[in-house]
Amino acid sequence: MSSAFPAMKILQPLSTTRSPEKPLFDLLKSPSSFLGSASKLRFNAQKPSPSSSYSSSCHRPSTIVAVSDVVKEKKTLKSNSSLSNLLITKEEGLELYEDMVLGRAFEDMCAQMYYRGKMFGFVHLYNGQEAVSTGFIKLLKQEDYVCSTYRDHVHALSKGVPARAVMSELFGKTTGCCRGQGGSMHMFSKEHNLLGGFAFIGEGIPVATGAAFTSKYRREVLKEAGCDSVTLAFFGDGTCNNGQFFECLNMAALWKLPIVFVVENNLWAIGMSHLRATSDPEIWKKGPAFGMPGVHVDGMDVLKVREVAKEAIARARRGEGPTLVECETYRFRGHSLADPDELRDPGELLNFVILVYFVFPFL
Amino acid sequence: MLGIIKQKARCGVFPSSTVGQTLQRVRLSLFALRNYSTAPKEMTVREALNSALDEEMSADPKVFLMGEEVGEYQGAYKISKGLLEKYGPDRVFDTPITEAGFTGIGVGAAYYGLRPVIEFMTFNFSMQAIDHIINSAAKSNYMSAGQISVPIVFRGPNGAAAGVGAQHSQCYAAWYGSCPGLKVLAPYSSGDARGLLKAAIRDPDPVVFLENELLYGESFPVSAEALDSSFCLPIGKAKIEQEGKDVTITAFSKMVGYSLQAADILAKEGISAEVINLRSIRPLDRSTINASVRKTNRLVTVEEGFPQHGVGAEICASVIEESFGYLDAPVERIAGADVPMPYAANLERMAVPQVEDIVRAAKRACYRSAPMAATA
Repeated sequence: MSSAFPAMKILQPLSTTRSPEKPLFDLLKSPSSFLGSASKLRFNAQKPSPSSSYSSSCHRPSTIVAVSDVVKEKKTLKSNSSLSNLLITKEEGLELYEDMVLGRAFEDMCAQMYYRGKMFGFVHLYNGQEAVSTGFIKLLKQEDYVCSTYRDHVHALSKGVPARAVMSELFGKTTGCCRGQGGSMHMFSKEHNLLGGFAFIGEGIPVATGAAFTSKYRREVLKEAGCDSVTLAFFGDGTCNNGQFFECLNMAALWKLPIVFVVENNLWAIGMSHLRATSDPEIWKKGPAFGMPGVHVDGMDVLKVREVAKEAIARARRGEGPTLVECETYRFRGHSLADPDELRDPGELLNFVILVYFVFPFL
Repeated sequence: MLGIIKQKARCGVFPSSTVGQTLQRVRLSLFALRNYSTAPKEMTVREALNSALDEEMSADPKVFLMGEEVGEYQGAYKISKGLLEKYGPDRVFDTPITEAGFTGIGVGAAYYGLRPVIEFMTFNFSMQAIDHIINSAAKSNYMSAGQISVPIVFRGPNGAAAGVGAQHSQCYAAWYGSCPGLKVLAPYSSGDARGLLKAAIRDPDPVVFLENELLYGESFPVSAEALDSSFCLPIGKAKIEQEGKDVTITAFSKMVGYSLQAADILAKEGISAEVINLRSIRPLDRSTINASVRKTNRLVTVEEGFPQHGVGAEICASVIEESFGYLDAPVERIAGADVPMPYAANLERMAVPQVEDIVRAAKRACYRSAPMAATA
């Protein structure tokens, strides 16, 4: 792809290994590749100099690396129409921008307050991953559900929980969204259909699958018209090695539940690199193994995420079942505010920062 | 001090001959202090656990460590610091986040003669693996009529930390303590940590080793005997931390420290408390506890976990069954509040036993508590 990332492995489409059935998806021409130093870790490449990584980032193909048939169709359709380049309107753009800036400013303030002793325990910040939360959640309705992990402040904000309620919760005040009883890792909001906030890896996935199950049950068994709530389950790369993840992929596909499994792959689970923990690091591939489309997207670009999210959520709403979306992203801070973060290479962060600030259209 | 004695002698308080002798004695003892006493070596619980693991791994190549972040991260709480470097990735395994999976792998390895030490980042996470701890590990020796032995250790921090919320703060002593086939240990001091972990690793049965995150950084003096690499504490024996004659206070883990503080406060009010450090939740040292209650005639049990079906409930039942005639007051249980641990700091303080709660319970057992003021 570029000189900065030597020996890039080109992925073979699953269709070559799945026969004789028609494959569930098709790989686009551009090779799927991992950003940052994931390739470094795998292939022991030299640290790219800032100028070369800059040039490589600029020449990165701007197409979404998506593998869903329908999305590919839509893209070709789009490029034919005159409005093909208009992905969002100005109003939508401003809404997305505001949400991401709010997320970033909120998390930075959390860090300040933590180091001043105003909040305590475990605080996990979302800096760098805002595009995923905004890209997905801003497409939802109030009745749609979001289920998250301990890194849930920004999911709460995107879903509409007032920033004041979230901050008060972190301070342990009765005015917090859970009256100070839950804390940073356990944000719940019945009004905004935020199902939490779970401390255990993978715990939120079955809960989210259950919410999707309820949505389908209400529509089909209880005959509640117009009940087409979609559920989004957010979790990380570490979770994708956990049994509950696979169990829920299976059941969601089996019962065609209206859920989107969103993997926020930031390459690190505390100090454990995704590549050290996973036999096959390409998480999106695990979707088709269970009978659902698996999509890989650049999680640092909110427009790309939004495009994929639109399709996945629409699929779920139409009753076609679940989708697995792997968003490649990066957390700019440590795992939590108590994490010394000694194992990550600062060059890895630099790569992502450059991509975000020189490629990302808003900045 | 010498100066004061000399002055008093001059004022005629002491006869001069006694002064001379006292001075001699004092001088001799000071001399002795200077030459023979080295301050007892202090060690944090973290260092104690690390050294115990290190020594056992070096003594027996079948011992290996498995868990999340135990290798390159040096341990989520730095308990396994330096072990990856010393023993390599073939003996210190960083696992993916899959408790059920790696616990099962550990149990299977133990079936075939290896001696795994499985670390849970917190015992709360052991709930994802509890099937293997109970069904594959604890029950196997019985189900196979002794053919299968499972020499495995499950260790990690247990109980409340500081502000970590409901899903990170539960105490599992009672749950694991009720299961036949398991041994459950809860060290308090560094000496406990060293001796009990070594005993656990050498034990042929599955052992649940409940540490405490807040104790990791605390320093305790350790004797020269405890520093020896063959040091081992017996499983199933409690330790009487402080002798007393008015009331027996049983505790384990962090609550031992609180109980000792409570005992100091009670001593000032003329109540002499005997503090028992249980060390072993299963098997419970019923004979030590009962012998103590037969001496003091009053019992206060202290634990951090939920009150219903807790360790204290078992101790109280045991004492009532075996030493009912010796009790002079109803047994008192101090436990955590019957709610999931709240996050807010003020609520958390109220949900965990504090020293004042132990003092109040002891006074109630001695019929010395202040009567409740009637509200108008």
